[in-house]
Amino acid sequence: MEFGLSQEQILLQDSINRYLDDQASLDVVRDIAAGDTDDKTIWSGLAEMGVAGLMIPEEHGGVGLGSMDAVIVAECLGYHVTPSAFLSSAVIAPSVLLSAGYTNDLADIAAGTFRVGIAFSEAVGAREKAGIVVSESHLSGKCLFVLDANADAYLIATSEQSIYLIRADAAGVKRNQLTTVDKTQTICELILEEVKAELISTDANIYLKALDTGRVIQAADTLGAAQCMLDQAVAYANQREQFNRVIASFQAVKHMCAEMAANLEPCRSMIWYAGHALQAVPEEAPLIACHAKAHLAEVGRFVAKTATEVHGGMGFTDLVGLHYWFKRIGCNRQLLGSPERLREDAARIQSLN
Amino acid sequence: MDLSFGPEYSVFRDKVRTFVKEHKDNQPAPGAAPKSAGILNWQALLIEQGYHSRTIPEEYGGYGAAPDIIESRIIAEEFAREQMNTGLGGQGISMLTPVLLEMGTEQQKQQFIRPSIRGELAWCQGYSEPGAGSDLASLTTKAELDGDEWVINGQKIWTSSAHIADWIFCLVRSEPEAPKHQGISFLLFEMNTPGIEIRPLVDMTGNANFNEVFFTDVRVPKHQIVGQRGQGWKVANAILGHERGSLAPPDAANSRLNGVIRLMQQETIDGQRIIDNPVFRDRLMKLQGQVMAMQYNDMRLLSSRINKNQDTKLAGMVVKLIGTELRHEIEGLAIDVMGEIGLSYGDNPYIRGNGSWQHQYMFYLGLIIGGGTSQIQKNIISERGLGMPKEPKIETKRGA
Repeated sequence: MEFGLSQEQILLQDSINRYLDDQASLDVVRDIAAGDTDDKTIWSGLAEMGVAGLMIPEEHGGVGLGSMDAVIVAECLGYHVTPSAFLSSAVIAPSVLLSAGYTNDLADIAAGTFRVGIAFSEAVGAREKAGIVVSESHLSGKCLFVLDANADAYLIATSEQSIYLIRADAAGVKRNQLTTVDKTQTICELILEEVKAELISTDANIYLKALDTGRVIQAADTLGAAQCMLDQAVAYANQREQFNRVIASFQAVKHMCAEMAANLEPCRSMIWYAGHALQAVPEEAPLIACHAKAHLAEVGRFVAKTATEVHGGMGFTDLVGLHYWFKRIGCNRQLLGSPERLREDAARIQSLN
Repeated sequence: MDLSFGPEYSVFRDKVRTFVKEHKDNQPAPGAAPKSAGILNWQALLIEQGYHSRTIPEEYGGYGAAPDIIESRIIAEEFAREQMNTGLGGQGISMLTPVLLEMGTEQQKQQFIRPSIRGELAWCQGYSEPGAGSDLASLTTKAELDGDEWVINGQKIWTSSAHIADWIFCLVRSEPEAPKHQGISFLLFEMNTPGIEIRPLVDMTGNANFNEVFFTDVRVPKHQIVGQRGQGWKVANAILGHERGSLAPPDAANSRLNGVIRLMQQETIDGQRIIDNPVFRDRLMKLQGQVMAMQYNDMRLLSSRINKNQDTKLAGMVVKLIGTELRHEIEGLAIDVMGEIGLSYGDNPYIRGNGSWQHQYMFYLGLIIGGGTSQIQKNIISERGLGMPKEPKIETKRGA
């Protein structure tokens, strides 16, 4: 028995972290957030390391790793608040396309040259009466809060949990970027008018499996982001002096940090287990996916608030940049199901409602 | 990630399962007196079969198996599945025995371990004092050597089961001039020694398991010491670590949570089942997510005891803090589910689960405080887990 990362997984973690330390520093994140540049350079760098094709089998041009490895990468990306297409193009899209046996685009996805975005919001829970009407393989309607405004194609889930593929440049597609608090993840709306689409799946299980995987990966991203906020809070408290002492020597400050660590540390085991369950214990995956994302949303919110407070006034400024993590955690919380919705799903999975 | 226990363990699991199946209908009734024949025979059977005191050497009365964490885990799982009586616990078994094995003299091991694990010798723990709670090392109960005997004067408090214990393991100040951590000794003596007075301390649940214990010129043979003079703090710390992890096992929390689910399926308000109420259901699911996180944390800890290269220091430190608070919340949800019925206690005819929800709700508040308060746990996590500095010392009465 070994509950933990393998040697290969530790190497993967180290190499991704080294790359991101180097190529995706906070300055780079700031440039992307300001719109001065986009995330394409980072994404092609990550693709060279195999991240874009992480979950795509070797025969389709990927590296053929599993959800446990994806969890590790997501944790690194969250830690560095890295803008990337990982969740949509490297996790959810390959899950759908592989389950459905639609392999045409996989090699390009793995190469990072073809990005697939995700329009799942209306299947998870429609707002603003948004939704898609299908008529003879043509889609019309509106999808809100679609992941990845820079994608080349989109997988669109209908309220019946069927999935269609459209090209971003197809006739009748109008794409509007939606500004959100989190500038590290690009989000848009799609307005479709008689857009030609390919039917990928009518099997709800394919949608649900991809959704579970996406939820776990997003929770792992929150875990990484929250861990970074805690690390920054402890480091700041250890050097900031008031009353002739470092503030880390005050119990009030220490206890804030201890509470963050105490809540966050068990999350690591939970996320690792969730990543393991997706590939090895499929019957447990739906429940753990709901709980992992809901629990990380709650712990993440607590850490985001508390770590900011430990920084005092500086935490509230743009100078330290802590708000990028705060907002990333906040964005992860709402996308693909907020905690209350996830807990309702968790109860339903256990036939408790 | 490899969570299988391996095929070599399936034979072992079958053996345990067979034992459980054969004995689940003839185990001692819950609540049987600790020294009744039923309990003592059951305890002897468990040891003989290797389901209790499994790794304690045969020469000291144990089963004598090599330590194997997975075997222990399998026994725990199989016993829990059928709610089997797992045998005696208590501080003599869970705390003193490991210390004697590690630091006791051969004579002490021979004398104490066998009767302790068999339940014939009951122990209490004399640590806390009125002036030494969180700051345990400032204890002042005095032990002075007079010829071949220690003479003990002072007072202990929160002494669980002192009124039914045969012996006590006790921290005393034997070197008053030494710095506070180096002046403590770890003594063993009989509770019927002249000069010991026990006064029960009724707790908020209505039980009187705690006691105050007073020592007036209590004379104890000089050799009844574990470790050297002045080493008692080291000895005590070896067992405090042992205690904390065991105060809030996540599997027990999960089993209580499942009890809350059953309760919510049975209880109704205005004819509506509580489980169909989305507000209560959300609270339930929130707690279930927290329990799951602690169960996987526990799995990681178990694995790190097998694979010594894994660093799980922080994961271990958070168990007592999070686990006791979580358990208090679970019991509290059950009370809220029942509304006014949740107030029932004692002989109230509307009581549910023998009053265990209210009892455990209060009991776990006691555990949030006992065994190192939540605030002390946070000091430990921030200092030893996160590397933050200790609070600067202000002038103290004693040197240290």
